[in-house]
Amino acid sequence: MSPEIFSLNTFTLLANVEVGKHLYWNLAGFLVHGQVLVVVWFVFLILFVFSLLGTANIKQIPHGWQNFMESCVDLVTDITKSQLGESFYKKWTPFIGTLFFFIFGSNWAGAVIPWKLIELPEGEFAAPTNDINTTVALALLTSLAYFYAGLSKKGVGYFKRYVRPLPLLLPINILEDFTKPLSLSFRLFGNVLADELTISVLTSLVPLLIPLPIMLLGIFAGSVQALIFSTLAGAYIAEALE
Amino acid sequence: MDSIVAAASVIGAGLSIGLAAIGPGIGQGTAAGQAVEGISRQPEVETKIRGVLLLSLAFMEALTIYGLVVALALLFANPFAN
Repeated sequence: MSPEIFSLNTFTLLANVEVGKHLYWNLAGFLVHGQVLVVVWFVFLILFVFSLLGTANIKQIPHGWQNFMESCVDLVTDITKSQLGESFYKKWTPFIGTLFFFIFGSNWAGAVIPWKLIELPEGEFAAPTNDINTTVALALLTSLAYFYAGLSKKGVGYFKRYVRPLPLLLPINILEDFTKPLSLSFRLFGNVLADELTISVLTSLVPLLIPLPIMLLGIFAGSVQALIFSTLAGAYIAEALE
Repeated sequence: MDSIVAAASVIGAGLSIGLAAIGPGIGQGTAAGQAVEGISRQPEVETKIRGVLLLSLAFMEALTIYGLVVALALLFANPFAN
């Protein structure tokens, strides 16, 4: 999509909200959103450092970082176990856990770090999940994952589930495969963007103190959205496995 | 942008959020009420109920967010802008 479409827009002048404005980079013929890429790699780095600190000096009795990371891993293991059950959860914990940590890290990186202090020629640093491309990528990965789960467990027999209760429901069952990633991506994208928009509109009206509760709500909503995304991914995979 | 298109987009954006907020509002109210009822009947499972309640509230909120996404598309990435 060409950048010109978004450029002239009177609405973006209201309240200094920058939606649909991006810092375009041309990487090997692909037009990428630079600000998203930078923050995504920042989140990768944070997660990498955290896991490195957690595993650097492993002891029998966990202490400090190791303790913290172990409780984080326990959290995602619990999410996976509650959706997939005892027999399958081990194989899918890495996937669901990565989704959870990445989305959680992205939402919090957008909400906690004052990115607005860094001026960009166009667009602004924010949570990577407020770009629909990021969330669609995550949602499509989830789709691929549950197809892989179903096909690897049942082979071609997996497609029997499309005519499962009644052959009449075939169109609805096929449609469901499209609505799942759609709702997953829109939910995450909309929630994160809604938080940032609310904050910037409120900040333009009353710059002091009033936006603070909304920011706290944004931090809370960010973690709940990460939980929901990973729970739903687990539920879809469990549905394909059963 | 054509002024008629702009006016229609703004009205449409307002309506899409407003209408999308009705259903989830009713749903969230019912869910929260039932959760309070459950907690008052069995205070010992409060943490469990709270977790499920928050999760289901977020699911309902997603419906309003779909309206928000439509509104944002109308305002910031309007396909009929030119």
